[in-house]
Amino acid sequence: MTLAEPTYPDDLRYHDQHDWARIEGEVATFGITWYAQDSLGEVVFYDPPEAGSIVEKDATYAEVESVKAVSDVIAPLSGEIVEVNEALADAPEKINEDPYGDGWLVKVRLTDPGEAEQLLGAADYVALLG
Amino acid sequence: MVPFAGWEMPVQYEGIREEHAAVRTHAGMFDVSHMGEVEVEGPGALAFLQRVLSNDVARVEAGGAQYSCLCNEDGGVLDDLFLYRLGGDRYLIVTNSANHGADLAWLGRWSRQLGDVAVRDVADRYAMLAVQGPHARDVVTRTLGIELPPRMRVATARIGNRPALICGTGYTGEDGVELLIDPEIAPAIWSELLDAGVVPCGLGARDTLRLEVCFHLHGNDLTPDRNPIEAGLGWCCAEGTGFVGADAVARARREGTAETLVPFTIEGAGIPRQGNPVLAGGEQAGSVTSGTFSPSLEVGIGMAYVRTDLAEPGTAVEIDVRGKRRPARIASKPLYPPKG
Repeated sequence: MTLAEPTYPDDLRYHDQHDWARIEGEVATFGITWYAQDSLGEVVFYDPPEAGSIVEKDATYAEVESVKAVSDVIAPLSGEIVEVNEALADAPEKINEDPYGDGWLVKVRLTDPGEAEQLLGAADYVALLG
Repeated sequence: MVPFAGWEMPVQYEGIREEHAAVRTHAGMFDVSHMGEVEVEGPGALAFLQRVLSNDVARVEAGGAQYSCLCNEDGGVLDDLFLYRLGGDRYLIVTNSANHGADLAWLGRWSRQLGDVAVRDVADRYAMLAVQGPHARDVVTRTLGIELPPRMRVATARIGNRPALICGTGYTGEDGVELLIDPEIAPAIWSELLDAGVVPCGLGARDTLRLEVCFHLHGNDLTPDRNPIEAGLGWCCAEGTGFVGADAVARARREGTAETLVPFTIEGAGIPRQGNPVLAGGEQAGSVTSGTFSPSLEVGIGMAYVRTDLAEPGTAVEIDVRGKRRPARIASKPLYPPKG
C-alpha cells in the first residue's frame, strides 16, 4: 500500500504546489510529494506528457487521477521532457507506493537551472505544510 | 472529511479501493445517518402515498419495501426514495439528505390537501448504518444477535435494547441490511461491527459501488428537469395510480424522450467526470452525470444522458474528458458484475 508516514527527502527541491525535483546536472527528475499523493488518494491513472514536449515552471504538464479526483501536476522547473515514466501507465499506484522512487513522473533537460533557487528545501516545504 | 448537505462526511477511511473491495467480497459499513426519515401514518396514508409516489404503493404488504420517485406536476424527479410499510397504515420514507427539507414541505402540502394522514419528520430519531457485502448478513446476525428480514423487506427489532428498524435494502448491489437505530447507541453498534471485522467505508466507495451497478444519485443522474422515463426508471412508475406527474410520465413513455440515461464504459485510458460532454460524430450528443474509476472493472465508467438514438448498448461514442476525446461504449445495466 501507500507509504504510511510523511517523508520529504533532504536531497530534493520542492515546489509549493507539492511537486519535487531531483536535480542532477542539467537534467531533473520530477514527481509529486508524499503530501500530494496522500491528499489525492490511490492514484489510478497517470496521463503523461510526450517526450520532447516543453514544460514551463509553474505550469501544468500532466494529470494524475485518483478514484475521487483529478489533479494537475505543476512543473517545478522549465525545460524539455527527455523521458517519461512509462511504467506508470500499467502501475500508477507506484506514485503512492514510492513517490520519490519508482513513482517519478518525467525527466527534464533544464533550460534555466537558475530557477532552482526559487524552490524550497525539505525543511521549508514541511513548514509550509504546517 | 467533507461537508455534505450540512453533515461532515468521510470520503474514505483507509482507501476507496480497499473499502470497495471489502463490500464486494466481505462486508463493509457506511454511516448514512445523513439520510432523512419521514413517517406517514393514518387512514388516508395509502391514498396520500399513491398520489405523491410514482410506484404502486398498494402492492406493498406490511413489512415490505418499495423504490419510488417523488415527481412534480411536470413529471420531474424531486427525489428518489425507499418506502417501507411498517404496519397497517404506517409507513416510513427514507429521503436523500439534500432534499429532505424540500421533500417534507412537498409531502406536507399534499397531506394537508388530501387529509386523514400525518406526515412527521423523524430524521432526528434515527441513525442509519448500511452494512453491505456477501458476508454482511452473517456478521450482523452474529454480532447483534437479531433475525434479519429478507431482501426488500423491513422488520422491527431491538438493537442495544432500543427499538430499531432493519431494512433488507442497500445502495451497493450487494446483499446486506440498513439499520435504522437510536442515534445514542449508534457509536457502540458501529464499534461492535468494527470489532467483528466489518470494514468502515466512506462516501467515495459508496459512489463507486452504486455507479458500478447503475443506481441513480439524485442531483447527478436525477433532477427535477428529468422525468423517470428518460432516467430509465419507468419500471417504478405506475401511471394508472394517478400520481402527481403521472400524465407527463405517461406522455414521455408513449412519445419517447429526446435523451436517455445510459451507462457507459471508457475503452482505454481516462476517467469520466460529471459534466463531461458526450460526443457522437464529433458533435456534442449528451453529457455525463456521474463518472468515476471502477475499482472492480479497473476502467473509467459513468452514466450520461445521450440522444436517444445513441442509447443502444454497444454504441460507440467519445467522452470529452478535460479536452481529450476518450473512446467509450454505451453499455447495459448493470456494469458490474461484467457480462459473459
